[in-house]
Amino acid sequence: MRHIISILVENEAGVLSRVVGLFAARGFNIESLTAAPAESGETSRITLVTEGDEPIIEQILKQLNKLIPTVQVTNLSDGPHVGRELMLIKVTTERGQHEHNPRDEVLNIAKIFRAQIVDATPAALIMEVTGDNDKLNACLAMLEPFGVAEMVRTGQVALSRGTRK
Amino acid sequence: MQLTGAEIVVQCLLEQNVRTVFGYPGGAALYIYDELYRAEKRLTHILSRHEQGAVHAADGYARVTGEVGVAIVTSGPGATNTVTGLATAYMDSIPIVCISAQVPVGLIGNDAFQEVDTVGITRSCTKHNYLVRDVRDLARVIREAFYIAKTGRPGPVLVDIPKDVTNTLCEYTPSNASVTIRSYRPTIKGHIRQVRRAVEMMQVARRPLLYTGGGVILANAWKGLQQLSKSLNLPVTHTLMGLGAVPSTDKRFIGMLGMHGTYEANMAVSHCDLLVAIGARFDDRVTGKIAAFAPQAKIIHMDVDPTSISKNVRVDLPIVGDVRAILEQINALIQEENIPSKQVDILEWWEQIGEWRKKECLRFTQGEQIIEPQTVIETLCRLTNGQAIVATDVGQHQMWTAQFYKFQRARHWLTSGGLGTMGYGLPAAIGAQVAKPDQQVILVTGDGSIQMNIQELGTCLQYQLPLKIVILNNGFLGMVRQWQEFFYEGRYAQTDIAVSPDFVKLAEAYGALGLRTERPDEVEAILRQGLAHPGTVVMDFRVRRESNVYPMVPAGKALNEMILGEIL
Ligand SMILES: Cc1cc2nc3c(=O)[nH]c(=O)nc-3n(C[C@H](O)[C@H](O)[C@H](O)COP(=O)(O)OP(=O)(O)OC[C@H]3O[C@@H](n4cnc5c(N)ncnc54)[C@H](O)[C@@H]3O)c2cc1C
Ligand SMILES: Cc1ncc(C[n+]2csc(CCOP(=O)(O)OP(=O)(O)O)c2C)c(N)n1
Repeated sequence: MRHIISILVENEAGVLSRVVGLFAARGFNIESLTAAPAESGETSRITLVTEGDEPIIEQILKQLNKLIPTVQVTNLSDGPHVGRELMLIKVTTERGQHEHNPRDEVLNIAKIFRAQIVDATPAALIMEVTGDNDKLNACLAMLEPFGVAEMVRTGQVALSRGTRK
Repeated sequence: MQLTGAEIVVQCLLEQNVRTVFGYPGGAALYIYDELYRAEKRLTHILSRHEQGAVHAADGYARVTGEVGVAIVTSGPGATNTVTGLATAYMDSIPIVCISAQVPVGLIGNDAFQEVDTVGITRSCTKHNYLVRDVRDLARVIREAFYIAKTGRPGPVLVDIPKDVTNTLCEYTPSNASVTIRSYRPTIKGHIRQVRRAVEMMQVARRPLLYTGGGVILANAWKGLQQLSKSLNLPVTHTLMGLGAVPSTDKRFIGMLGMHGTYEANMAVSHCDLLVAIGARFDDRVTGKIAAFAPQAKIIHMDVDPTSISKNVRVDLPIVGDVRAILEQINALIQEENIPSKQVDILEWWEQIGEWRKKECLRFTQGEQIIEPQTVIETLCRLTNGQAIVATDVGQHQMWTAQFYKFQRARHWLTSGGLGTMGYGLPAAIGAQVAKPDQQVILVTGDGSIQMNIQELGTCLQYQLPLKIVILNNGFLGMVRQWQEFFYEGRYAQTDIAVSPDFVKLAEAYGALGLRTERPDEVEAILRQGLAHPGTVVMDFRVRRESNVYPMVPAGKALNEMILGEIL
């Protein structure tokens, strides 16, 4: 099962390599990882998506906690949470391959997924989509027939719902 | 007061009550060494012959004293030479602070002369490490390093200090205040509900067994363990790292468990209905085939490190905390509630253990022609009453020492268990002898291992250490040869090392006493002569070339599938 793990760490040199090094050394897998300064500048929040059965996830959580600069580790998948990911997609929109004007269709799809167009040239559009994993996958699947020239995703960030930390 | 970084290093060491450091100088460490020179009266520096030796010596010092061992090395090759020592200490949870010098801050990342990414290289073999880029952080970092090294699950911490930082002035305020790190707060006391539950489980068990490890030694908790075993009449088995916690002659001690454990210990694990793991980490050398490990038992696990718990074996009752504190809680509860000693209810269990003991799984016969290696250890134990501090290297000699030296006390046993580092023994014994100048310190080693850090004989002589070195010389890399005999149809690929230096002459070349025998009837006389000599002694015992360590649980087999010796 996939787990979204949120790690609050002291914002000090080398802390990210401690986290990543731990996963590499112990053979845990990382599906995605994002890191940025947290509420106060003193800490950073790393959001990491990983997969594993229960004993593995238990080890991952314990091993993360064991790192000296780790302030808090939360398995967001344990409770209700909101997860978001941002994707930038460059779609080719040249006439010729399609019967209709592909640009209109792409713009339509963008509307359905509430994507923003952030760049446009005669040959291509870049759109920005945010949402959970499934939404991004669905959007990507819709756009693929038009020709996705390039695509980049941030990996998930997430927070638990309510006041739980 | 304004001090240079190098002065701060020395002041902080003194603050931590460090009186002895082990090390090896070099360019980037010159300011630090200049300060050590000035502080000579207050801080003794022991010069090893290799940085690996310095770290192992700090490790040996830590194991016998329970204090943090300190090593100081230069940048680049000095730092890379510490890696094996750090990894050895890391695997066995030994508290060390290693100070490595680094190239000046401005040159870091430039492939400067003798630059390596020390913090990067040592990240996975230290509990924590630091690069101090600003002298204003130096005192705090060193204090944190000591705190992290010795609290919770102990381990080595490395502090990398660029040369210019050691030569920069900074305000220094002495401090003995306890350190707090908000992201690091080890648990000490056990959860009282869990503790209560543990006592209940021990009360009802019919076939209980205490399985204890290095954690009991590290926590200085052997008194509490002895009390528990005695008050409830519980049998005890130790891991390799736990030896000495209960005197080996105690009637409730049933020997070491695991790959080369005793028949009775391994059978007891395989049949117990309650296994109480105390400061032990279910290593694969101990469990054998996991699925068949303690199949009938409920398992209680007390450990300060949550990652040790349910890592290899599913545990029924975890108790996180310092085992000294937990054992005190348990013993107090047993007293308060007048919990009676287990006698009738586990009578059958003790009888069963007695039956297994009758197998005498460590039995061997000493003939007249060739020295059996076990004879040397057995005699050594008798001559020293099991009271010596004993270090080993890695191999068959290590296992025979674990089996035949009947340890009477904790912190008298130094061996590399987790990493299994050949070359550990001599420098570790040096560290122990430096820490305990008046105690008998003995190294038991093999003809292979001793050659991995033999240069440290120079250190022994420089500091006139009365260390006694016993080489069980079989002309083989014996432990590997044993595996080749058992599992590779006797193809001895690169394990014949019959060509070794003349160890007697080598000892003499260094200025030590060298002794040798190949005769069984001379073993005792040579040992007596060597032990009585006031200086460093190397004793070369030519033993049977192809002896095997028994019992042996082949890797991946269940503990009750032991190979017993030829004569059993
Ligand atoms: C050739 C060879 C053969 C070997 N054969 C055997 C064998 O037959 N049998 C055997 O037992 N070993 C054997 N070993 C050693 C083995 O590899 C392991 O090193 C050993 O079993 C680990 O011992 P341990 O479980 O006591 O753990 P240690 O490595 O000593 O770990 C200590 C545990 O205690 C915990 N701890 C530390 N401090 C505290 C505290 N204050 N409070 C609470 N908990 C604490 C730690 O978190 C850790 O979990 C062999 C090694 C070699 C090289
Ligand atoms: C640094 C290192 N290299 C290799 C090994 C693998 N190894 C384990 S035991 C052993 C043989 C040790 O031989 P010796 O020191 O002569 O001891 P004996 O087994 O003969 O008693 C070897 C090579 C090791 N443990 N450490």
